[in-house]
Amino acid sequence: MGCVSCVGFNQEIAGIKDDIVLRLKEPTTIPIEAESICPDLFVKRSYREIYDLPVYYGRRKMRLGELFSIDGEKSDFITIEDDVSNVKKIGSKMTSGKIVVHGDVGRHVGASMAGGEIVIRGNAADKAGINMQGGLLWIKGNAGHQTGSALPGENKGVNHGVIIVEGNAGLELGACMRRGIIAVLGDVGDFAGARMIAGSILVFGHLAKRAGAGMKRGSIISFGSSEPLLPTYRYEAIVQPVFIGILLKYLKELGIVFESDMTGKSYERYSGDINALGKGEIFIHVKS
Amino acid sequence: MLGITGGKVFDPINGIDGRLMDIWIKDGKVVPEEMIDKSEAQIIDASGKVVMPGGVDIHSHIAGAKVNSGRKMCPEDSLRLLRPRSQITRSGSGLTVPSTHLTGYLYSEMGYTTVMEAAAAPLVARHTHEELEDIPNIDKGVFITMGNNHFIMKCIRDGELGKAKDYVAWLVGAAKGFAIKIVNPGGVENWKYGKNVQNLDDEVIGFGVTPRQILTTLGQINKDLKLPHPLHIHGLRLGQAGNVDITIETMELMNEFNGHFCHVQFMSYGGERGSLPQSASKKIAQAINEKSGVSVDVGQIVFGPATTMTSDGPAQFSLHQRIGGKWINDDLESESGGGLAPLTFKRNNPLHGTMWLTGLEIFLLVDDPWKVFLTTDHPNAGPFLGYPQVIRLLMDRDYRTREFERLHTKAKKNALLPELKREYTLYEIAIITRGGPARRLGLKNKGHLGIGADADLTVYLPDDDKEEMFSHPAWVVKDGEIVVKDGHLVREQPGRTMYVSPNYDPQIEEDIKAHFKESYTISFENYSIRSEHMGPNEKISCD
Ligand SMILES: [Zn+2]
Repeated sequence: MGCVSCVGFNQEIAGIKDDIVLRLKEPTTIPIEAESICPDLFVKRSYREIYDLPVYYGRRKMRLGELFSIDGEKSDFITIEDDVSNVKKIGSKMTSGKIVVHGDVGRHVGASMAGGEIVIRGNAADKAGINMQGGLLWIKGNAGHQTGSALPGENKGVNHGVIIVEGNAGLELGACMRRGIIAVLGDVGDFAGARMIAGSILVFGHLAKRAGAGMKRGSIISFGSSEPLLPTYRYEAIVQPVFIGILLKYLKELGIVFESDMTGKSYERYSGDINALGKGEIFIHVKS
Repeated sequence: MLGITGGKVFDPINGIDGRLMDIWIKDGKVVPEEMIDKSEAQIIDASGKVVMPGGVDIHSHIAGAKVNSGRKMCPEDSLRLLRPRSQITRSGSGLTVPSTHLTGYLYSEMGYTTVMEAAAAPLVARHTHEELEDIPNIDKGVFITMGNNHFIMKCIRDGELGKAKDYVAWLVGAAKGFAIKIVNPGGVENWKYGKNVQNLDDEVIGFGVTPRQILTTLGQINKDLKLPHPLHIHGLRLGQAGNVDITIETMELMNEFNGHFCHVQFMSYGGERGSLPQSASKKIAQAINEKSGVSVDVGQIVFGPATTMTSDGPAQFSLHQRIGGKWINDDLESESGGGLAPLTFKRNNPLHGTMWLTGLEIFLLVDDPWKVFLTTDHPNAGPFLGYPQVIRLLMDRDYRTREFERLHTKAKKNALLPELKREYTLYEIAIITRGGPARRLGLKNKGHLGIGADADLTVYLPDDDKEEMFSHPAWVVKDGEIVVKDGHLVREQPGRTMYVSPNYDPQIEEDIKAHFKESYTISFENYSIRSEHMGPNEKISCD
């Protein structure tokens, strides 16, 4: 059951030379808001221009180069060394290119991103991939609350894109999701897929309480253990859906290696949330 | 001392239509040239530019409990407009429900200097005043909702009209209001029982009075108290198909008392009840043209995000039922109610297109610009930042035609707008955005540039694109100080809150105290707002 690490990843970055390497000059406890760490902004800029990009250091507006050492220029591949767990909004709104963070990362990483790829080798704080519109967000460690959910106040969230969390994810994973795929290899917190409109959430560890609360459409698939579902979910039948096999194949192609062959397994299908439209479905893997 | 020289001045209250003149300012007032020592005066060279009095907004929701509920309910709105702090200004956010300081900055940068907050229940007026104090660069006032007030309805039921008059005088003074607002008289009270009123003679549950009685009683009181602004009326059946008839009936009823009908676009639909509303602009414009005691503001739709908020609880509920999504329902003890729902007006939505058309047609069909004023009922029909776009639609027929063509086919079908050739002149724009509202509000020192007027004025750079012209004034002067230059805020200063405090028989306070004991969650002593607790303020006399 479950799966292991991604093999392709290390090989892939080993071959690339012309990345721009960012390193925090000094550790700080003051939150940094760095929407400007984005391949779209880096790709055509010289060292000097990247240096001058705006960031917020607390409430103070500063230049990127004042806080980070910058090695390289004019590339859409950004590597961030060390821990940047108090740097927010890295890669938000990006549409192409790639960011690799070799440590923990702060809130809102990949928020509203529309394309390209972000890889976090450590943990991600809350709201990673919130309101994602496309692209790939791969978190090797754990993810915080509201991963892949909607912006505050909005009732539609992720619309296209793939989020993979190799560790655990917090509360409200994929809430208000509209389209796309979210796969968590570890456990998830309460309210996964709450108020979902469509899309797929795959959970390989433990699925906590109130999954799919207020869900209209979409699929939540539990491969591991699960809390009892809400009473507003109705048991339908034991099924062997083809689409789950296709989803797993797709994830395998992205580089996830599963320990055992997951295809052709049986699932209990529940439909709900009948408090909402009720056209959503939760699949619970039947242990043989 | 300040001189604005060589500008083309549009000052409709003084009949000035594009005359080249100099305006002289001293101690925050417009003064004759002789009073100025020119060696010391700062001169703004306005040659080649257009000079108008500062904009006056007669109906906008910018402060108080309702607006704050909108801010809380719609955190997504703060991402639509974000402004970091600068050397002279604070940070702020929000497009349809901007934060307090930002509201002042945005109005100021658009050339507006006076804005009326269109509704506060007296019970929450203290909050409204506290927020108004935080809105810089504009003068303001608050309309106090009274159309569903238990005390007034009891007085009407018992035939004690003198008592009602004293109570109203006390209440508007206690809440430091500027005018009396009526919202869906009786309907908001009936909504507490899940019902509404549909006609002027429907009964208000528990009081046995009718919307007609509430309207005429408050109309008479407004007249007797000599309040500067006539009754500010949001009538029955807002937003419903076929409501034009009840709106015209209400106008006929209120003509003798004088009445200002707000966001009349929402009240001017034809079509069968329950069906899709159609524009009844021709009918309503005819009624407005015929009735000397009636004025309106339009509440023009601006496509894009809006946050609807009114004291009209039942109207907000039916809107929420139609669009789904977030909704707040509010109950204000024995005074009023309310509701909120965010919504986006879409060009390709047939209903929204029809509403857009209705508003523009009313602007173009009302003959006398002194009777129709520019508003978007901010933020109900769209944010006030849409004013320059509306001005362009009124002044530029080609632009109007192009925008019309982009509507949904269903909205375009049988529309009157393409036939309307009228284009507003700068003089007429100055009327509907300045002179008209100021005169209707009874503000003698606002909306004009005659001697003694408040030194609030705007200098625009002429441009064929009127939206651009009215979005970024070259200079804005407030109380004699330059607050905006080249479309950017250069100075933040407090504005005044204007209020009225009519006389009443102090004996009434005994009755009110008893009413408080019986019906209120707050004590009589804590209710009234004292002027020393307000920010800068100005009492406007009632005579
Ligand atoms: Zn209004």
